[in-house]
Amino acid sequence: MPEAKRVSADVAADEMVRLAQERGDRLAHDRYQAMRPQCGFGQLGLCCHNCNMGPCRIDPFGQGTREGICGASADVIAARNLARRAAVGSAAHSDHGRSIAMTLLETARGQAQGYSIKGPAKLLALAKEWGIATDKRSLEEIAEEVALAALEDFGRQDGGLRFVSRAPAKVQARWESHGVMPRGVDRDIVGVLHSTNMGGSNEPYHLLRSCVRAGLVDGWGGSMVATELSDILFGEPAPLVSEANLGVLKEDHVNILVHGHEPVLSDALVAASQTDEVMAACEAVGAKGIQLAGICCTANEILMRHGVPIAGNLLHQEFALVTGAVDMMVVDIQCIFPSLRAVAGKYHTKIVSTSPKAHFEGFTHIEFDERRALDSARTLLLTGIQNFANRDPGKVHIPTDKSPLIAGFTTEGVFDHLGGRYRPSYRPLNNAIIDGRIRGVVGIVGCNTVKITQDEAHLTLAKELLRHDVLIVQTGCSAIACGKAGLLTPEAVELYAGAGLQEVCDAVGLPPCLHLGACVDNTRILTACIEICREGGLGDDFAELPVAGAAPEWMSDKAIAIGFYVVGSGIFTVVGDSLPIMGSPRVADYLTGGMEEDFGARFAFERDPLKAAALIVEHLNAKREALHLSPMIYEPRPAETLGKRWRAGGVALAAV
Amino acid sequence: MKQILVVKAERCLGCKSCEIACAIEHSKSQELVAALGESPAPQSRVRVLQGETFAVPLQCRQCEDAACVASCPTQALRRDHEGPVVLERSRCIGCMWCIEACPFGVITMDRNSGAVVKCDQCYERVAEGKMPACVTACPTSAIACRDLEAVVAEKRHAYLVQIERAVREEAS
Repeated sequence: MPEAKRVSADVAADEMVRLAQERGDRLAHDRYQAMRPQCGFGQLGLCCHNCNMGPCRIDPFGQGTREGICGASADVIAARNLARRAAVGSAAHSDHGRSIAMTLLETARGQAQGYSIKGPAKLLALAKEWGIATDKRSLEEIAEEVALAALEDFGRQDGGLRFVSRAPAKVQARWESHGVMPRGVDRDIVGVLHSTNMGGSNEPYHLLRSCVRAGLVDGWGGSMVATELSDILFGEPAPLVSEANLGVLKEDHVNILVHGHEPVLSDALVAASQTDEVMAACEAVGAKGIQLAGICCTANEILMRHGVPIAGNLLHQEFALVTGAVDMMVVDIQCIFPSLRAVAGKYHTKIVSTSPKAHFEGFTHIEFDERRALDSARTLLLTGIQNFANRDPGKVHIPTDKSPLIAGFTTEGVFDHLGGRYRPSYRPLNNAIIDGRIRGVVGIVGCNTVKITQDEAHLTLAKELLRHDVLIVQTGCSAIACGKAGLLTPEAVELYAGAGLQEVCDAVGLPPCLHLGACVDNTRILTACIEICREGGLGDDFAELPVAGAAPEWMSDKAIAIGFYVVGSGIFTVVGDSLPIMGSPRVADYLTGGMEEDFGARFAFERDPLKAAALIVEHLNAKREALHLSPMIYEPRPAETLGKRWRAGGVALAAV
Repeated sequence: MKQILVVKAERCLGCKSCEIACAIEHSKSQELVAALGESPAPQSRVRVLQGETFAVPLQCRQCEDAACVASCPTQALRRDHEGPVVLERSRCIGCMWCIEACPFGVITMDRNSGAVVKCDQCYERVAEGKMPACVTACPTSAIACRDLEAVVAEKRHAYLVQIERAVREEAS
């Protein structure tokens, strides 16, 4: 067997990998090695099992079969498979959005226990945007109407999604002319799935437009509902300090991890964990208190609103269990490995599933009911506390590694920071880009994958871009990767940022990488781009902005949906592993080329993060040139200074 | 005529169809779904391995001077004139000398049946004029079963072309 690459770039993860090996625990990277080689037809997108005459496979070398039994070509099969996956990703985010809207509705009607309207400013702003009366009405009355209006967009049959009108006119015009204007969340997802049924759509470009359509109802529909309504229900995040990595677990505390994506339960857990009863229960079992921490995007949600620390990202769900110190892991939906059962089986950890949408064999299922949220949360916490007694102290091994971080930036909150509290505006950001201090803004987002060293692509890409004066915005597991590595702190400015970016960050006290939230909060990147356009001077179309997206370690179907709404909205995006369509050169050519003509942007596939950074810098430079912006004030920071304290000394290296 | 399995690693996509086809071929029922329920479970004689940058199916090379045959104390492994090395199941005592002797690691122990398993190049199928199961199953023709002489001739011809090109380049 070839020498395995380093499993993770994170030393805490390394420690857990070694421990797991000693103890004989099989983790995701072990299962990946056992799975190799992975079927090339699947990787290339050339296996079709959409009907029972199949499965059919196309020989990419052109020697064997060139068409499926129905006659579908490699192009059709690859594009059709991709459309299905985009629809699934969009469905996942959107159903999450629906849950938030339902909970807001129940809260407004006084039917949900323990929740209240914690983001009144956002509620009033959204009500105004949607033409919902606010005068002489209670917050609950307004919230009820807002929630119903949001839910209406799920079942809408025509007329377009409410949030679509936020998009710049030129972006909307492209959607209109290519027939992908989002109509209704459920309708469009169902429509795309219908197209992929046997004998449905068999024209590759139509299927690729379906991918865009599926993506758009996510970004401008389900995900945007999730972000906006979460802010209304749970409160608008504001910058706060917390910590990330397995070192946040405490040996003398009851450690309870939340993992998944929907914050409806985890937010209630945070509230319920601060009661005297819970403290007394901890004391009764000999624990000094309760340590709540999170994995994946549920973690991001309660981090940015409550400062609850992060235990880790996707692959940390297993590493955390190997510490032997997790008394309970509460999971909701998405990105949850069924392997947790087997890993936890060697420890005392209780794994509890809570969502009616996601059951797992061997997990304890305690279904969460938001109508009795606090009672449900209390039951869960007491279950975890009781399990503390079953902990085997001989197996407890908590790495010391953790890093401080700042989280909780939003489209609205960035105003405060960039312009100061008394003159909130995007003007300073736009000016910094126009003047050549900041080259552009890049969103680095997405998952972890076992196919490459965990976090390494996120970190290498981020550092390389910071060196080139790129301001970075982050969500999801990528934000957690950078959080664990200390990039979400103002200290990272000196260690990684170029001279121009240093000036801007120092002036306003920002970290060089801004944590914008969970993966549904990629919509904050869309709304921030709207504000940049509105502020003026950088074009009135996303496709003109010096911005880009990147998902260097993507693995989930949700990432495919995000990719399509970002690119479909006009933002160039580099993904690490190529999308599973490479068996069709036509489809690959369109996504990485022709798509730009239709939608203002294209994908690039690049596994090497340094090459990905070069592609992005080249793209930002081209956009800057097209806008006739000033040349960059400073040369890029020398690569060898990365990680060292470095200052340009305020001396301009190139003529202004 | 001596036949050999020719593997083109650059064509292998790692789908493991050959593994499944081999197990079915060596099952009692010779049928996918029925084979799943058989005991002992049918075993594949070919394994698709992952290299650093490529995947490749590996199975017995049917060596002329086979170390496995020489090391077998019960004469369970034997070969007829030009055919493959085959195992007489009833003679195998599972001592695993052959596994140790094989330089390729392509003989495996089937713990369920208590005997070793190895590729027999589907000699029964070949006798019926068919190709070995792995060859038929491979969707990209990464595995072929060909006459030794033809393979040698093709190689010789490819080399000739190479020489010719070199000579021409030198002349120009």
